Amino acid sequence: MAVYRRIELTSFSGTSGDVTLVRFVDRKIIDATNIQELGDELFSLVEKEGRKLLVLNFTSVEFLSSAALNKLIILEKKVKAHSGKMRLCQLRPEIYEVFAITRLNQLFDIKGTEGEALTGL
Amino acid sequence: MPQSDWNWKLERRFPSDTTPGQDAIAMVLAQLDEAGWPSKDVYGIHLALEEALVNAIRHGNRSDPLKEVDLRCYLTDNRLRVEIKDEGPGFDPSKLPDPTSDEYLDRPNGRGVLLIRTFMSRVNYLGRGNVVVMEKDRSASSA
Repeated sequence: MAVYRRIELTSFSGTSGDVTLVRFVDRKIIDATNIQELGDELFSLVEKEGRKLLVLNFTSVEFLSSAALNKLIILEKKVKAHSGKMRLCQLRPEIYEVFAITRLNQLFDIKGTEGEALTGL
Repeated sequence: MPQSDWNWKLERRFPSDTTPGQDAIAMVLAQLDEAGWPSKDVYGIHLALEEALVNAIRHGNRSDPLKEVDLRCYLTDNRLRVEIKDEGPGFDPSKLPDPTSDEYLDRPNGRGVLLIRTFMSRVNYLGRGNVVVMEKDRSASSA
């Protein structure tokens, strides 16, 4: 398995296949180089490792910029193109507000807790 | 804003590289914390500054290291004013597509300006569109 620097992974056995839980290493997802690396690692999960069910846990994330949102949008498209499912969870109120302002809360499947996000996958 | 009203100012000119911009942003945020600004205000200003600097460097100067960004911040008791100028061709903000429209929702671009407008009290693009002037009024709450 590839070595990841910006994300931490845990695998679960879900009802429709293996579910990958992703946690972010960086508390602030701002730096352009880190965002590029983060995107590459997330895309690799889908495109190289063939993981189709992803839950992204934002517990540790205090701040993220629109460049990070762009990577999530591309990731979502890649997951869909591979007939997979992706959910986001544990967003802090100020992070959720950014998703709401940009209406990305309608594009992404956002759940409250990790348990809710894992349910039914 | 007359010069006599400033409690603090920061004026920096740096090449198209995010690192010196990050240092400047950290100084602004530290100053706001010291002046006791509400954390919600500081969060929004942080986001707006990040987005505006990335826009100036990437979209304005096309990340050309020979081009520079001019950053000026002025702080009074109740207001922060930020001016950011790049050396790019500028743009017409009224022609930006609405990133929240159904048509553009899944396109990976165009959210920075929306976030700046949402989190700052006033935003204006001057000149040929290569200068952004944004102000934030301090919120009344101490949240």
